[in-house]
Amino acid sequence: MIKFDSVTYVYPTGVRALSGISVEIGKGELVALMGENGAGKTTFIKHLNGLLKPTSGRVYVDGKDTRSLSVAQLSRKVGIVFQNAEDMFFLPTVEEEVAFSLRNLGFDEGTVRRRVDWALRFMELEAYRNRSPFLLSGGEKKRLALAIILAWNPQVVAMDEPTVGQDSVQKEKLKEMVRQMVLQGRTVIISTHDVEFVAELRPRVILMSKGRIVADGRAEDILTDAGLLEGCSLLMPQVAATMSRLRDLGFDAKVISVEDAVKSIVERLRAVEHTRGS
Amino acid sequence: MEIVRVEGLTFAYSGSEAPALRGINLVVEEGEFVLLLGPSGCGKSTLLRCLNGLIPHFYAGRMEGRVVVAGMEVSKTPTYVLSQHVGMVFQNPENQLFSLTVENDVAFALENLGMPREEIKRRVDFALRAVGIEGLRRRSPFELSGGQQQKVAIASVLALMPKLMLFDEPTSSLDPLSAKSVIDTISRIRKEFGTSIVVAEHRVELLADKVDRVVVMHDGRVIRDGRPREVFVQEEMKPYGIPVPKVVSMAKGVNKSLMVFNEVPLSPEEFERGIRGFLLDKVR
Repeated sequence: MIKFDSVTYVYPTGVRALSGISVEIGKGELVALMGENGAGKTTFIKHLNGLLKPTSGRVYVDGKDTRSLSVAQLSRKVGIVFQNAEDMFFLPTVEEEVAFSLRNLGFDEGTVRRRVDWALRFMELEAYRNRSPFLLSGGEKKRLALAIILAWNPQVVAMDEPTVGQDSVQKEKLKEMVRQMVLQGRTVIISTHDVEFVAELRPRVILMSKGRIVADGRAEDILTDAGLLEGCSLLMPQVAATMSRLRDLGFDAKVISVEDAVKSIVERLRAVEHTRGS
Repeated sequence: MEIVRVEGLTFAYSGSEAPALRGINLVVEEGEFVLLLGPSGCGKSTLLRCLNGLIPHFYAGRMEGRVVVAGMEVSKTPTYVLSQHVGMVFQNPENQLFSLTVENDVAFALENLGMPREEIKRRVDFALRAVGIEGLRRRSPFELSGGQQQKVAIASVLALMPKLMLFDEPTSSLDPLSAKSVIDTISRIRKEFGTSIVVAEHRVELLADKVDRVVVMHDGRVIRDGRPREVFVQEEMKPYGIPVPKVVSMAKGVNKSLMVFNEVPLSPEEFERGIRGFLLDKVR
């Protein structure tokens, strides 16, 4: 679905944000793009809908070179929710905010109405349809930003730091939304340094540092590698940090969820008890 | 000695009907390290603003009740007097920094108070050292990382040597390693100088084993107030949007099958100790 072929991007200021990135992301994949602030995550995401075009190398979306397509054309395939997307609300009601971009994309009124209804229902915002976007809570604003994007029905949804400033209830809801989008067959790419959030979602993790990809693999493998993470200003999630302290006792160290940790600990302790007992 | 006394505090921002705070009572003892938890919009930031005088001095609204900080009634004390006793560090360090060098930023408030040169120099040195950023003193705050910027903001507050320091989600824009470093700095300040600290934060994993007390707010009220072990062990916290450290959930899960933990652990270190202790008992 997405292919980066030795992509380098240098900002006009001379800052090299991406250095020779090559990676492929398939249809329906859930990917967490992780790394320190300034690692290049946002620059990567801006290449997905052509907001930025590579200085050298190529980005392909659904087989097409992004250099030959406009942002408007790419936006139908790739929806991006930026970190401060909610700062861009400007219409008097939630409903109009969602309808606006659909009309811009040239959908007929019937489709606009159907899509708005669907997106608001999906993001659980129906009750607020006539309310001003500015009166929504932080979590609701995030969901509205996502509803606006989903209304276009893009195959790829990318979110830049969606958990920053969100409390645990809002994060829980966001996780649910992400899982549903994946179930619908969408490709979901989340840029974040929230290790606890990623540990609960268990996506494929692409780890970036200083404009390069330094690791790419399962969350269980990457989030349990303390050295690798610290090189990117990240820390292990607490479950992994705990299990790694008990490695010498034969506990499974590649565990990132509470449930798996509990299962592994109880099994191991029972086994020890059993040996002592016999 | 009390550093904070809040009695029957209710506050509604002007233009909004629903009060942001509804009858808050809270006493913080000198030297206490308090974690303020609660979902967005629960009133945490509003409460902090009441403690440093931003409310009622700079925010209009309807206020009832009484707030006394370091022996001064906040509503009757000018903010420049309060600022020598209460310091506040905000979520976004960039908004707090504006000078050409780190050193000047840290000295700024001291100069405003008209302190003698020598005293300013002494205090700037002290604050930079305490926060561990002496090496950055001649750098521009704007070329620093988010974590370093937040430390500059902390140093500029610390230079005033306040009795009470308030932190409003100080790590929310930082990556995990910088967040840990900022939290460790706050914890060290408390230990070394006995500063009383109230911090509003979502990152319980980093704070649970460092604070003396957890105050949980919901909808403008205090709904829990106790030692971290007492507060985090309560299952009914989740619907209120209160995160619980993962080690707490792990220990509870293990205890359902095997009684390993007599008290709930607050950090990976404590969890490890619990497991090793259990195994040692089995050997004996």
